[in-house]
Amino acid sequence: MNTPAPIRAQSCANAPVLKERGQREVFCGLTGIIWLHRKMQDAFFLVVGSRTCAHLLQSAAGVMIFAEPRFGTAILEETDLAGMADANEELDREVARLLARRPDIKQLFLVGSCPSEVIKLDLARAAERLTVQHAPHVRVLNYSGSGIETTFTQGEDACLAAMVPVLRNSTARELVLVGALPDVVEDQAISLLRAMGIGPIRVLPSARAENAPEIGEHTVFACFQPFLGETTAALERRGAQRIRAPFPFGEEGTTLWLRAIADEFGVDDATFARVTDAPRARARKAIENASTALHGKSVFFMPDSQLEIPLARFLTRECGMEAIEIGAPYIHRDLVGPDLDMIPEGPQISEGQDVDLQLDRVRAARPDLTVCGLGLANPLEAEGLSTKWAIELVFTPVHFYEQAGDLAGLFSRPLRRRAILEQGAAR
Amino acid sequence: MKLTVWTYEGPPHVGAMRVATAMRGLHYVLHAPQGDTYADLLFTMIERRDHRPPVSYTTFEGRDLGADTAGIFRDTCRAAYDRFLPQAMIVGASCTAELIQDDPGGLAETMGLPIPVIPLELPSYQRKENFGTDETFFQIVKALAKPMPRSAEVSVNLLGPLALGFRHRDDIEEIKHLLAQMGIAVNVVAPFGATPEDIARLGAAHANILMYPEHAEAAARHLERVCGQPYTKTVPIGVGATHDFVNELAQICGIEPKIDTARLRQPWWSKSVDSTYLTGKRVFLFGDATHVQAAARIARDEMGFEVVGLGCYNREFARPIRALAKEFGLEALISDDYLAVEQAIEEAAPEMILGTQMERHIGKRLGIPCAVISAPVHVQDFPARYSPQMGWEGANVIFDTWIHPLVMGLEEHLLTMFREDFEFHDDAGASHHGGKAVAPSAPAPEVQERGLETGSDVMVWLACAEKELKKIPFFVRGKAKRNTEKFAAERGVTEISVDTLYEAKAHYAR
Repeated sequence: MNTPAPIRAQSCANAPVLKERGQREVFCGLTGIIWLHRKMQDAFFLVVGSRTCAHLLQSAAGVMIFAEPRFGTAILEETDLAGMADANEELDREVARLLARRPDIKQLFLVGSCPSEVIKLDLARAAERLTVQHAPHVRVLNYSGSGIETTFTQGEDACLAAMVPVLRNSTARELVLVGALPDVVEDQAISLLRAMGIGPIRVLPSARAENAPEIGEHTVFACFQPFLGETTAALERRGAQRIRAPFPFGEEGTTLWLRAIADEFGVDDATFARVTDAPRARARKAIENASTALHGKSVFFMPDSQLEIPLARFLTRECGMEAIEIGAPYIHRDLVGPDLDMIPEGPQISEGQDVDLQLDRVRAARPDLTVCGLGLANPLEAEGLSTKWAIELVFTPVHFYEQAGDLAGLFSRPLRRRAILEQGAAR
Repeated sequence: MKLTVWTYEGPPHVGAMRVATAMRGLHYVLHAPQGDTYADLLFTMIERRDHRPPVSYTTFEGRDLGADTAGIFRDTCRAAYDRFLPQAMIVGASCTAELIQDDPGGLAETMGLPIPVIPLELPSYQRKENFGTDETFFQIVKALAKPMPRSAEVSVNLLGPLALGFRHRDDIEEIKHLLAQMGIAVNVVAPFGATPEDIARLGAAHANILMYPEHAEAAARHLERVCGQPYTKTVPIGVGATHDFVNELAQICGIEPKIDTARLRQPWWSKSVDSTYLTGKRVFLFGDATHVQAAARIARDEMGFEVVGLGCYNREFARPIRALAKEFGLEALISDDYLAVEQAIEEAAPEMILGTQMERHIGKRLGIPCAVISAPVHVQDFPARYSPQMGWEGANVIFDTWIHPLVMGLEEHLLTMFREDFEFHDDAGASHHGGKAVAPSAPAPEVQERGLETGSDVMVWLACAEKELKKIPFFVRGKAKRNTEKFAAERGVTEISVDTLYEAKAHYAR
């Protein structure tokens, strides 16, 4: 390994964390349904909630996905709340109707929302009841995507965590990769690991229920994403062991992530080098090309997806940027610790949000690039600050070597665009 | 409980946000959990607004529920006042906060803020977005507008334009043009661009122009009652409606109507021979009631289309839309169920849909061209160019917008002549569009299975007739199929042959 060992004293590992609470400009966990329902091709996500939930799902991605969605909202109405209708009976009826219309559905997720939680609708019991009713064809699970319990990507975490207890037992020593990534990226990860002789490799979530991984004490797993805290805990309760590593963003993160798995499976240095040298070199070159506009520029992360810390590591170490503030909705130290260790000290680390106070800090610092949600991007642009929409980082293939240049490109494009328009105006 | 995939309207507090965001100097404190801030992006992204909506969310979490959510509301209210120093505030709850019953209105009232604080009661589990816009604007007007002396000159208020409205920005300009021609002054435009202080001046106008009944009818009625201001009932979308509007307004204001149609091109564009091919195009109308009502008149009287179906998603206006449908010999579709609308369109088999962004997707799926006439909107409904719907320029814009999705006149004939051409076939769609409309896959078996049912008789298309039907170009095939089935049903014919097809063609020939 030629990556220098991190020196903790000069990193963000022990940096004080600014914790704020107030207005949070973030999505709730329901938003994860937008990508989960495309990933799990025999699953349907039924939100039990309000018109607001349905409206969010329609608006969240900034576009309406009309390609036969495998999600919907059972909208609570006055009669459900006033006790005039038995909400459980109503739910059973809607589920029966839905499953009759969609015989291809094998997994049904009842997704809790703010209203369903406030009225204490017991979706866990409903899921058990419905599983019995629709067995063996459909398994019904439940999780919460509510804003009072989850922030944005925590919805995926809650969904995967809900799947863990029903995964079959296994005694085999198998590698499970955890997180819903675009197929192209997932395939790249698997083929790199296979080329090192590691296998069998399974993925949670699988595209189809029948290919779901099996879990046991000999299972080892690695997370693709830094927000999978609950899922990690659920897998550990089943006896599986987590491989600790920085997350696979950029050349360095990908190498360290692969190396940690390779070490676990006793892959020798020569094999590792044979598999990774060429894509590493490609990644370095791609990052170099795409990050020219980023060198020496400052970046400010508003909290959004929990990807902030690993991405700040990538931008500061591989793209030559300087981080002013790295805000995350939650900081799972156990998961992002390795990334945090590698970020040189300097930036303010913050957890939670009071958006008005944080915007005051953005305006005072005037960063070259602010990574923020869609609600804030145009207003900040109008103040002359360049922004990168955070949601694109979740919707775009950005992990692993072959996407490292694209990842740098996502951050440099707003800066390049501004420069082009300014030059054009000056001509 | 009702299963919903796509919705035409958001919850009522989003309606309140549309009013607040349109105004200046007003702040909305919304008791809501984390995540409800998603609504900000509707304004900043779809409408490309360069400011955050003036909304502070309390952002309570699960652990706050047993504790002091009311305290969080008060703190948010105080912080919002101190930071934004608004002239007035509206306060209310989103769907979740409605359940915890903290009474934002009552809480805010006890805080003694030195500005008017207007409480909103928007029942999230009964009502929807358009109720939210209408009710919010009404409450603001009720709280702030009082009777006052009339302006010396004849002046009017423009009521209803707001944030995320379909072409509201440009409709305001167009109405101002009409008023300038008549020598009528504009007192206040609201909510769009108005401050609470402007709302307090509403009473100075001689009359109100109710631009969008969906968003301002309650306010207009209130002002009629309290300030004695009459309001216009005609929405000036289309040539005929604009003439009627000018006459109505002149009568209300006691002046002579003045009409200058120098910029109006639509009537000649519609009369010119190139437009002959528009005659009898079968169109399906769906959207909010106001725009559908206007579109129906334009479609029939100014474009020469045949309206084969119409409806609206806002149930509040079911009655006038049902009456309108009856006038057209149709049954109105009053529904906010996207799948029901899709089914109705599929059954009516129109040659064009005039609808919302939702119908645009239905059109894509069914291979039917669609033009957008109403909210709900998407980013492309906020063009950089001037593009009103109202007034003379609006009529011009509508003509262009509606014919754009269609296959053009001579191209229709070429398609009919060379229908088997490998490049110029059904699935290719109109040649002036880059994208290709996708015709429904495998329509052939559908023809046989889904015949028209009349009593116990089920109609069947014979194979040869079905083959002949497929030779008819895609943009008129729906009409041919439907006319043939109707013709056959009326005569008790259960098997459709090639002869039936051509007898029907002769029967309906015009």
